[in-house]
Amino acid sequence: MSDLIPVKFCNGCGYPIILMLLNKILKEMDLTSQTVLGLDIGCSLLAVNFLPVNTFQTHHGRVTPTMMGFKRARPNSICIGCTGDGGAYAIGLQGLAHAIKRDEPITVIVVNNTVYGMTGGQVTPTSLHQQKTETSPEGNIDHPLLGPEFFKPIAHKDAFLARTAANDPKQIQEFLTKAIETQQAGHFSLVEILSFCPTHWKTKGVETINYLNNLKETFKPGTL
Amino acid sequence: MVDANKKFITGADMAVKAAIDAGAQMMYGYPITPATEIFTGWIKNKQNFLQTEDEISAGFAVCGGVLAGQKAFSASSGPGHVLMQDGFIMAEGMRLPFVLFAAQRGGPSSGTVIYSQQEVMLACYGGNGEGMRLVYSPSGPEELYALTRRAFNEAWKYRFPAIVLTDGYTLKEKSIVDFSLINDVENFPAYPLVAEGQNIHWPNIFTSEEELNHELNLAKADFDKITPLVATSEIIQTDDAEVILIAHGIVAVAAKEALAKLRLENQKVGLFRPITLRPFDKVTLDKTVGGKNVKQVIVIESSFGQLARLVKDSMDTTLGKPFNYIQYPALGIEIEEMVSEIKKIII
Repeated sequence: MSDLIPVKFCNGCGYPIILMLLNKILKEMDLTSQTVLGLDIGCSLLAVNFLPVNTFQTHHGRVTPTMMGFKRARPNSICIGCTGDGGAYAIGLQGLAHAIKRDEPITVIVVNNTVYGMTGGQVTPTSLHQQKTETSPEGNIDHPLLGPEFFKPIAHKDAFLARTAANDPKQIQEFLTKAIETQQAGHFSLVEILSFCPTHWKTKGVETINYLNNLKETFKPGTL
Repeated sequence: MVDANKKFITGADMAVKAAIDAGAQMMYGYPITPATEIFTGWIKNKQNFLQTEDEISAGFAVCGGVLAGQKAFSASSGPGHVLMQDGFIMAEGMRLPFVLFAAQRGGPSSGTVIYSQQEVMLACYGGNGEGMRLVYSPSGPEELYALTRRAFNEAWKYRFPAIVLTDGYTLKEKSIVDFSLINDVENFPAYPLVAEGQNIHWPNIFTSEEELNHELNLAKADFDKITPLVATSEIIQTDDAEVILIAHGIVAVAAKEALAKLRLENQKVGLFRPITLRPFDKVTLDKTVGGKNVKQVIVIESSFGQLARLVKDSMDTTLGKPFNYIQYPALGIEIEEMVSEIKKIII
């Protein structure tokens, strides 16, 4: 993380925690210089100058095929795509599903806060049933998509699919390490991280922590 | 006697040979007529490839490969070309040397599957940008080869994405090509745009209008600077011409034949053929149309005026020469028909 760049994420956002932990484990694994971090469009784009690793922004929903192309061109690189739940499970679902089916050796970090944050808090595939958002003002009639569980049947047996949460830094480090090791072993990895969005959850202080902990009842942390 | 230099070959195989000779390393594709044979031909030649789930993934995978320093490319057509513009416009925004074969088929929508000239505007100005890409329109298999070599070289040299705009007639037709007449050129090498340890932070989205305006002005300045080096056209018998025909791609092949027939009848007809559609060879166009004997211009194309729009957009507005059009959207234009239509206009 550069000392010179102001943090552009909202107050209380989970992204800075996740990115700092990613930075920490890349350093520990001595992979900082060979890592390439691709960013989807959404709140993830704000990470462009956050870490001391090669980083570029792509298009909304398109980070997975872009990182696949990079990895196939340079197999020794560590290719990580960072995306929100909308980018991964709505507009980018087709690309992501087929990358998993083909067992592309890349790592996708899905930051799941159950809303489209950057565009102002609209409903996403992971929004809870009855969740009120800008585009579900009467409550979401749909039920949330459970990403890792959804992909499990098409994933290679040695692929790594897991879920953790922004208030569990120990588990984040454990799963990101395992995800990168899986990539190094030639397989696909996806870590979904439940993350805070007090701006669009309209929560403060402990309410935000409670909101995240409640999400864990629907989105169970752990490996699949 | 068999001439070893001559081969009976399809346009698609010429495109594949050109891509291999250009040093292309990876093709991402999704089957769609009439671009499929470029993909299958590439695979038959034991080249590195991946068939993706759609043209969107193919396009972004090309972007990823190019960022890593690989000469990656794709080929598509019609509605697939529409989807391909998603990744291609990222390449325009980030100045990535993405090379695409766009094999025009009929449109709009799924249209027809073999031929048209209706993807000119899509190739030149597709996406939410300013059309800062290189677009080549080959007439015939030899030029398909030569312009493909140019597309790879100029994309990597000048860092603009490039489209070789062709069609199913050109790709599927088999013709005798004399390879002794085809010039080899030196390949401009690919290089990583994001290299290990570089610690690059490359935005593709900007926080202020001023920032993006600045980026666009820089790209425009570069595009203007390379225009004299890239913009190319062919002129035939224009010195004494009273009528200038303008056509591109396979229609220009027929226009050359039509011109020869009209000249035999002492009609003072000349041809301006844009070889690059982006950037457009405005200098030669203005000089040709501005010729003292020129009384009118006839734009001939298999579309309702997509080429005509490019011509009018490029041409000196003070020349004041009247325009006429021969437009056969979705149809090929045969030589005799072209001669007859031109005569209706000029006689």
